[in-house]
Amino acid sequence: MKIQADVGNPFRETPAGAHQRRFETGIRRALAMLTVLLILPLVAILGHLLIEAWPALRWSLLWESPRNGMKDGGLWPALVGTLYLVGLSLAAATPVGVAAAVYLHEYARDSWLNRVIQMAVINLAGVPSIVHALFGLGAFVYAARLGYSVLAASLTLAVMTLPVIITSTREALAAVPMSFREACWNVGATRWQTLRAVVLPNALPGILTGVILQVSRAAGETAPILFTGAVFYKSVQSGDIFAYRLDEQCMALAMHLYTLATQVPGVRPALPAATAITLLGVVVFVNAAAILVRTRTRSHRRW
Amino acid sequence: MKPIPDGATRWRTWWVRSTEGVIELWIRVCGFSSVILVAAILFFIFREAFPVLRQPDFSMAEFLGSVEWYPTSVQRVRFGALGLMVGTAAVTGVSLLLSVPAGLGAAIFLSEFCQGRTREVLKVVIELLAAIPSVVWGFVGLTVMSRVLVWATPAAVGVNLLNGALILALMSLPVIVSLAEDALRAVPDAHREAAEALGATRWQLTWRVLLPGARRGILAAVLLGTGRAVGETMAVLMATGNAVNIPTSLFDPVRTLTANIAAELGEAPAGSDHYRVLFLTGVLLFGITLVINLLAERLVRGGAKSR
Repeated sequence: MKIQADVGNPFRETPAGAHQRRFETGIRRALAMLTVLLILPLVAILGHLLIEAWPALRWSLLWESPRNGMKDGGLWPALVGTLYLVGLSLAAATPVGVAAAVYLHEYARDSWLNRVIQMAVINLAGVPSIVHALFGLGAFVYAARLGYSVLAASLTLAVMTLPVIITSTREALAAVPMSFREACWNVGATRWQTLRAVVLPNALPGILTGVILQVSRAAGETAPILFTGAVFYKSVQSGDIFAYRLDEQCMALAMHLYTLATQVPGVRPALPAATAITLLGVVVFVNAAAILVRTRTRSHRRW
Repeated sequence: MKPIPDGATRWRTWWVRSTEGVIELWIRVCGFSSVILVAAILFFIFREAFPVLRQPDFSMAEFLGSVEWYPTSVQRVRFGALGLMVGTAAVTGVSLLLSVPAGLGAAIFLSEFCQGRTREVLKVVIELLAAIPSVVWGFVGLTVMSRVLVWATPAAVGVNLLNGALILALMSLPVIVSLAEDALRAVPDAHREAAEALGATRWQLTWRVLLPGARRGILAAVLLGTGRAVGETMAVLMATGNAVNIPTSLFDPVRTLTANIAAELGEAPAGSDHYRVLFLTGVLLFGITLVINLLAERLVRGGAKSR
């Protein structure tokens, strides 16, 4: 009887167990803190930028041209320039990137050649953006005699976005079940017919998401266009959509932010901050669009 | 019995075959595009850099071993890139010291210690963090971070090594977090279940089973984060202060290889020695990132094989 009374509640926590539980809670808290530390700067920076930019944030910023040595006015030429650069670079990179991914996923066998190509894709993705700029300068501006132009800058951007488009397209192709292809082959379709009628339509949302994400990346890049076609200032009519020819230099939003922040003396601090907010707005808008495409197609998926 | 094809059918078959031939040729050619492009990048930056190697007043020993970077000096032009290399190494190193522990912690928290809505929100935030353009980061370093640093540290100028490292750490965090999380999730569930069946707590499971199991993947994540930090241009150009020297403290301004190209290529006349030496630093950068990427790839591939 006496022994039983001593034991008491058999489920009572032992000192070792309590120590372990406290340790576990501590670890969890510490990790959560680390994660919050990761988010805090993002929130703080965005908040600060917004406050800084507030006096200059007007809708007319979007369609006015800069005035008074870029100290006043809007961002229109830079926005159009970015639109040209991004549009052209993706028009160049998408067909090649998608075809390359189709080759890698649908045609190539698992051989050393395939591995070499994959290595090349990975390395191309890892090349620093300033090295892309050097390549663009050497290859497109000088060797191909395109000069400092919209075309040279877009091609440089296209080379930079290509590996990421290849990777995301491959993933989209891999998500299409093998049985779809087999069914199509069994009714006598050739490889290309299967691709066109079955594989590509089913992979399209995934491919599109990858390409859209590259829009925001290409819009934000500065280094590759710095020496291949972007220019500090170019006089453009407000609201003129055909502002640049392909063999001319153009302004770009990311470049404009760099210019305002470092090269223009006496600019009021609200203007570069407003430019940064506009650039961030473009990027976030495009990313949100990509996420929307992804979630919508996930819920509509037929397999 | 096979039906004899009429003219229209024959024409159609011919048309299908030939268009397919063209399209498949296109696909095959594009398949090699990345190999061609990597080779082309190497070729073109080498082509612009090469002539300077044969210049009598250029010495490789000076390029690699001297800190005297005076590309436009009137008396004697000197191209010593050691200061730039040390600058790159210092900024990258300090940023890794900050981003690796934070990134790993966040990856562990994301994959093992939270689920459901928290996880979703955190992942979106990290995706957003990854989407911020580098020039915006640079602008933040130049304006916000520099003021914070002048206020919080004994630094005289806000744009310095620490500023660049902080900005780079924030930029490479998303890469490290998402890749390390992938690596942790790739540890087979059987290992998890075995540990939990033995009564391991979450932390014991993470520390003794998941981290050793995901070692290669995590190392690859760190390497790719390093690659991103080494190659980053605009952010370090705007945030590090751009003085070519070997930093002795965290608050010294430095200049990296990438920032140096971005800062000087505009002023170097095409074909001049200065221009060619800048391309040579580009070759160096290409080499460094190539090695880092190949190492990371080997780690991931080797990890997949041994499992």
